[in-house]
Amino acid sequence: MSIAASHPSSFYADKRGILSWIFSTDHKRIGLLYFYAIFAFFLVGVVLGLLMRLELIAPGRTIMEPQIYNQVFTLHGVIMIFLFIIPVIPAIFGNFFLPIMIGTDDVAFPKINLLSWWIYVIGAIFALLTLVVGDGPADTGWTFYAPYSVKTGTNVTLAVLAAFILGFSSILTGLNFIVTIHRLRAPEMSWFRMPLFAWALYATSWIQLLATPIVGITLLMIVAERVFGIGLFDPALGGDPILYQHLFWIYSHPAVYIMVLPAMGIISEMIPTFAKRTIFGYRAIVWSSLAIAFIGYFVWGHHMFTSGMSGPARVVFSLLTFLVAVPSAIKVFNWVATLYQGSIDVRTPLLYTMAFIFQFLIGGLTGLVNGALATDVHVHDTYFVVGHFHYVMFGGTAFAFFGAMHYWFPKMFGRMYNERTANTAFTLLFIGFNILYFPMLVVGIMGMPRRYYDYLPEFHLPNVISTIGSWILAAGLILMIANLIVARRKGAIAGRNPWGGVTLEWQTPSPPPQHNFDETPRLSEKGPYDFDLK
Amino acid sequence: MQNMVLSNSGHLRDDVAAKMGMWLFLFTELLLFGGLFLVYTIYRILNPEAFLLASLELNVIMGTVNTIVLLTSSLTVAMSITAMQKGNIRLSLILLYLTILAAVIFLVNKYFEWNAKIDHGVFPGMDHYNTLEPGEKLFFFLYYFMTGLHALHVIIGAVFIGFVVAFIRKQKITPGRYMLLENSGLYWHLVDIIWIFLFPLFYLIH
Repeated sequence: MSIAASHPSSFYADKRGILSWIFSTDHKRIGLLYFYAIFAFFLVGVVLGLLMRLELIAPGRTIMEPQIYNQVFTLHGVIMIFLFIIPVIPAIFGNFFLPIMIGTDDVAFPKINLLSWWIYVIGAIFALLTLVVGDGPADTGWTFYAPYSVKTGTNVTLAVLAAFILGFSSILTGLNFIVTIHRLRAPEMSWFRMPLFAWALYATSWIQLLATPIVGITLLMIVAERVFGIGLFDPALGGDPILYQHLFWIYSHPAVYIMVLPAMGIISEMIPTFAKRTIFGYRAIVWSSLAIAFIGYFVWGHHMFTSGMSGPARVVFSLLTFLVAVPSAIKVFNWVATLYQGSIDVRTPLLYTMAFIFQFLIGGLTGLVNGALATDVHVHDTYFVVGHFHYVMFGGTAFAFFGAMHYWFPKMFGRMYNERTANTAFTLLFIGFNILYFPMLVVGIMGMPRRYYDYLPEFHLPNVISTIGSWILAAGLILMIANLIVARRKGAIAGRNPWGGVTLEWQTPSPPPQHNFDETPRLSEKGPYDFDLK
Repeated sequence: MQNMVLSNSGHLRDDVAAKMGMWLFLFTELLLFGGLFLVYTIYRILNPEAFLLASLELNVIMGTVNTIVLLTSSLTVAMSITAMQKGNIRLSLILLYLTILAAVIFLVNKYFEWNAKIDHGVFPGMDHYNTLEPGEKLFFFLYYFMTGLHALHVIIGAVFIGFVVAFIRKQKITPGRYMLLENSGLYWHLVDIIWIFLFPLFYLIH
């Protein structure tokens, strides 16, 4: 790893060799291990997505059989959800930056941190095994809905076990972060002097901890059902498939906040840095993170408005769903208010931040269309839902992830990338993304159902536009990655603080030394975003 | 300054953090079983008569014996921690051996209990089981699943305590540093408290 711009005391220089990485308990190395693994799976998921778009460029069979298509979209979902978007920000940037940002040298349980990385690897191996053994990958969709998931001959058992194991990794990371935040903050760092990214991770960690076990046990029940042939969720044998849906969404709805809350935390870091002023409404952002985590537990029923639920229950779930929009909107208002009268420095990470706000806004507002009872009946299980979900998850979380990559790249690797190329890549990604997903919202309203490899001729044009968008997006991705790889090897030396940020990670050398700081970090009494601190 | 160590380093000993980590882990265990308790409750409400009929098949005496054994073992592990705090290492070890013994008795008892049912063909896929009506099938499946998962936790807890015994003998756990012992005790109490709910749900409610 000598290609990093490493000064003698950088953590890259501390020990060498592959073993010093895969058995390292250093949070920065574990963060980088996650980075490479998760990014690799992201690319696999992207390729599967591109294949699906290619199949959908014309009605009828284009490049694959219906059964293959079912397996491709399931694999796309399983990889993107369980291997990419749930761990991506906590496991990579949480691991790398949480201890630095709260002014300590590691997480509370470094060995458990390493264990959670290995559990992730084992889970990933299980997910990949579904490709090569038996009748191929699952064809149920990533939701594994019973009773079909109990009856299909494909590798549901392995896929479900993979999700179960990955959940374990997620639990241990969350547990580690909660204890780290409680116990290891720098002596003068009170709760409300903590950076907002740390707060976002704190809220996320509680969801990881308290929601994941439910899906764990539910998935184990699916395995048991397949092995022993019990009718736990099979109506033919006395079971209740709706119960499975409840149990699944009791986890999987809070899980979407595991996916988006850390992204919001990153946005809350980048906006003050590039507006050169303290964040507007620090406490409101903190409380809104906790509120989203809390309310998020009680909205799972909105996935099941059309699958059989009493009227009052639907009204309550719909009302609670609307409530989540309030803290989300508070955040957006605060971000925009921070920019107001700031000295805005338009750099690459800020572009991703702007794209996040724009796309998250569309994703969030279309979410309300799904959350309202009358409209949901119309758009349920259509491409509108696919469009909504990708606007929040890809347009939101993944764009925040790209932004964070560009924001913290100089800190992690000590080198700077070519900003002009990075901005070009961003432009391609932004344009490609919107061309890819906006037609889905339209075609969904027109009534095109999701998860079919075929469609009626009148949906042809939007699907062609969407597929063309996917190519632009892919071009943007390739350019972005190439730019960062070149920067990793040949970029200019970045120095401690290329952006003029004020959180603690900018007080230490780039890349950070083994123990994170070369001098005791200084904190401002005015909170984490004090731009007068010199 | 490469070797500067911060006062709030994550590599320093922190008993409070260790205990907090254990409690958080116990929350996840509770929720793991919580999902099962939810499923049990719903199917009990949907099939009250079948669940009643099936529950009469269970051996209340064996269940009671296991309850007493497990409750006593919670006492011994708690006493072991106190003994360690007071510096009586020998007594602490003896009490841990008693706890492991109780775990073994519990598992042996469980083995005979399951075995008797399997001999009668009451196990998913067996002849007698297949003739039962759906509600009774669900009851027995949940019985095997929940007590089986609990038995797995008994095994994990006993192995955990076995490691603690080894650490005490190697003097890695001492009267001045016994957080691992306390955490193993916490885990054992969890195993106990889950059984306290399983026992009435399956054996006693009529």
